[in-house]
Amino acid sequence: MTDFSFDGKPIPFRPGQSVGAALTGAGIRSWRSTRRTGRPRGLFCGIGVCFDCLVVVDARPNERACLRLAEPGMDVRTQQGTGHDDLEI
Amino acid sequence: MPDVVVVGAGIVGAACAYYAAREGLSVTVLERGTVGGGTTSRGEGNILVSDKEPGPELALALASRTRWLELAAELGPDRFELEEKGGLVVAASDGGAAALTRFAAGQRAAGVETVAVSADRLRDHEPNLAPDLAAGVLYPQDMQVQPVLAAVSLLAAARSLGAAVVRGEEVVAADRGPDGHLTAVRTRTGRYPTGAVVNAAGTWGGEVGERLGAPIPVLPRRGFILVTEPLPRVVRHKVYTADYVDNVASDDAGLETSTVIEGTRGGTVLIGASRERVGFDSTMSVEVLRRLATLAIRIFPFLAAVRLMRTYCGFRPYCPDHLPVIGPDPRVPGVFHACGHEGAGIGLAPGTGALISELLTGGRPDLPAFAPARFA
Repeated sequence: MTDFSFDGKPIPFRPGQSVGAALTGAGIRSWRSTRRTGRPRGLFCGIGVCFDCLVVVDARPNERACLRLAEPGMDVRTQQGTGHDDLEI
Repeated sequence: MPDVVVVGAGIVGAACAYYAAREGLSVTVLERGTVGGGTTSRGEGNILVSDKEPGPELALALASRTRWLELAAELGPDRFELEEKGGLVVAASDGGAAALTRFAAGQRAAGVETVAVSADRLRDHEPNLAPDLAAGVLYPQDMQVQPVLAAVSLLAAARSLGAAVVRGEEVVAADRGPDGHLTAVRTRTGRYPTGAVVNAAGTWGGEVGERLGAPIPVLPRRGFILVTEPLPRVVRHKVYTADYVDNVASDDAGLETSTVIEGTRGGTVLIGASRERVGFDSTMSVEVLRRLATLAIRIFPFLAAVRLMRTYCGFRPYCPDHLPVIGPDPRVPGVFHACGHEGAGIGLAPGTGALISELLTGGRPDLPAFAPARFA
């Protein structure tokens, strides 16, 4: 079994599985908080259209968990808001 | 029988319908597609004075801007995301800065508020700008709306004043009486008796004019816009480069690009602007997208690490002299044109609607620069 890391915890996945599928398989249903009210979000359409399942992968925000293939050793993290708090406003 | 039939439920048709209904006229709006589904939905919702040189279009833009503020008060707060964000025009070179300064001086004399910004103060206004720009001018009067919401809100207000909006109706011809005056507008499936019709068909205004027996030379000028992922408020104003003004006024048929960048209430950043005369060809052009992205990163370097969510394109309605067509047609009494606003249709819509309603109620506003007679 191969793993990636989600907020520091190992998540097992099968080859060819998406990040979203692996997280859901591990019983995790939300991995993002909305921009305005901080509500939880996870898979919705599951096919790359709705941009609801956004997640941070290897420090890059706004990856669609339903499309991104899981890879060994990935650092996946919960996304807060836009995921771009690093930008100056 | 309606006093007036308005062809097109884009922003200009909606404004014409609203002002005519407010004058007590009975109004029917015919739209072949969806409300705001044409060029209205394909821009950024700009209400700009900054990109206009002194002249009749700038005068209309200033009058129209005042009406947008009134509409925001009349129709209810925040119905269409009106933001008085201001525009910031930047020049990358000293030569560009000198030209921009001269341009702004002319505008100031024509009633536009301008604030010169030196290179070292630019980032006080836009913290994320590239550090090596030459100068800028701030235009506090530039504003933005969500244009489809604006069209929907204006039509809703017109309907509450008695106007009717009929979708799925494509105008095919006009009926005329023995004296030549318009008597009815025909669609594919019906006939609408009326003494007046307003051609507010935007980029398709040339075709509608032709069908009404009153052709005008309105042609499409394609533009692409890139849409980023939602971001914090990293771009505060409408920010664009000084060469945008030259491109707007250019007669070159080939691809022209300048840099126009702004945020939206939803958090996305919109990046334009390209101009091409390729008819109604909506084929995706990777070359245009690449150029727009490259130019945008030159002005806002942080964009290099931001991803795009989607792109869209649309067709600005332009006339050979880059001025709109507003007023009575000299060939078919009863036909009025209100189209050809190029990339300025959102900003100019309320002023256009007010002029059309004045004409419809017997007024005679002075419109020589916009008069359809210049093409007849």
